[in-house]
Amino acid sequence: MNALPLAATVFVACAVEAVEALTIVLAAGLTREWRSTFQGMGAALAVLAAVVAVAGPVLTLIPLAPLRLIVGGLLAVFGLQWLRKAILRASGHRDLHDEEGIYARQVAAARAAAGGRRGWVNDWYAFTLSFKGVLLEGLEVVFIAITFGASQQDVGLAALSALAAVVVVAAVGVAVHAPLSRVPENSMKFAVGVMLTSFGVFWGAEGAGASWPGDDAALLVIVPLVLLVALGYTALLRRAGALAPAGAKEAAR
Amino acid sequence: MTGRLRAFGAFWYDFIVGDDWRGAAAVALALAATALLVRAAGVNAWWLTPACVIAALGWSLRRATTGRP
Repeated sequence: MNALPLAATVFVACAVEAVEALTIVLAAGLTREWRSTFQGMGAALAVLAAVVAVAGPVLTLIPLAPLRLIVGGLLAVFGLQWLRKAILRASGHRDLHDEEGIYARQVAAARAAAGGRRGWVNDWYAFTLSFKGVLLEGLEVVFIAITFGASQQDVGLAALSALAAVVVVAAVGVAVHAPLSRVPENSMKFAVGVMLTSFGVFWGAEGAGASWPGDDAALLVIVPLVLLVALGYTALLRRAGALAPAGAKEAAR
Repeated sequence: MTGRLRAFGAFWYDFIVGDDWRGAAAVALALAATALLVRAAGVNAWWLTPACVIAALGWSLRRATTGRP
């Protein structure tokens, strides 16, 4: 299979998560203290690197068929979760992800929180805020990069795509010095959800023993099919949105 | 200790499965049924997983927006 879908999916997924992590890091750094924020970020990146160093080689030891069954199933479940949220947001049943709002809330919380030194960390609040933000968003990046890379037997390319996305977002963040609120996050999540679900279905069924008509070329049908279905559900929910009772709409999380 | 294990499990459950466990259950059942059809009945059931996933997504969205099962 062409490596482009792998690289593009991992890049976009990682860019979205990196934008969210950047918002938290900026809130911690600009309102509290940069040194502790970078320490928290560095500690989280070290944990993520350890996860990749352990999980990457372990996954490559599993035979391809059971690996694709497990990874395909996980990706399909994970993709459905992304797609469900993206469709609910696109159809107005859930609030759009608002980086500026999230940034304002994080800044207010960071200003109100008490400081405090612990060991070699000057500001424990900035450290933990940055650590948690980068670790939680980074885990999704690691999950997508490792599962895609292992199934495609090219963990190196997946890791490079993930790294490139993080570097690009970090560079833009440093240049702009503000949360990247203009990034079309929901559209990107919609696209990633389509790709994760499509690849999950493809690899999962293959791992279960089925043979796709046309082999890898089947993806050229599965991806557009999932996209069309997702767009169709979005259109249906948009139309039904005006009729639905307000209480039935999901609360924003 | 039990509390930490529970929190660890809850984190991974939320991370992988998210708001609606039925989607995860539908994917697992679809893959199990595909394997069964291929191995036991000799049917190349490549169509089963995408059909189930598309149906599961629709069902999940319906539940989220109307509160109906």
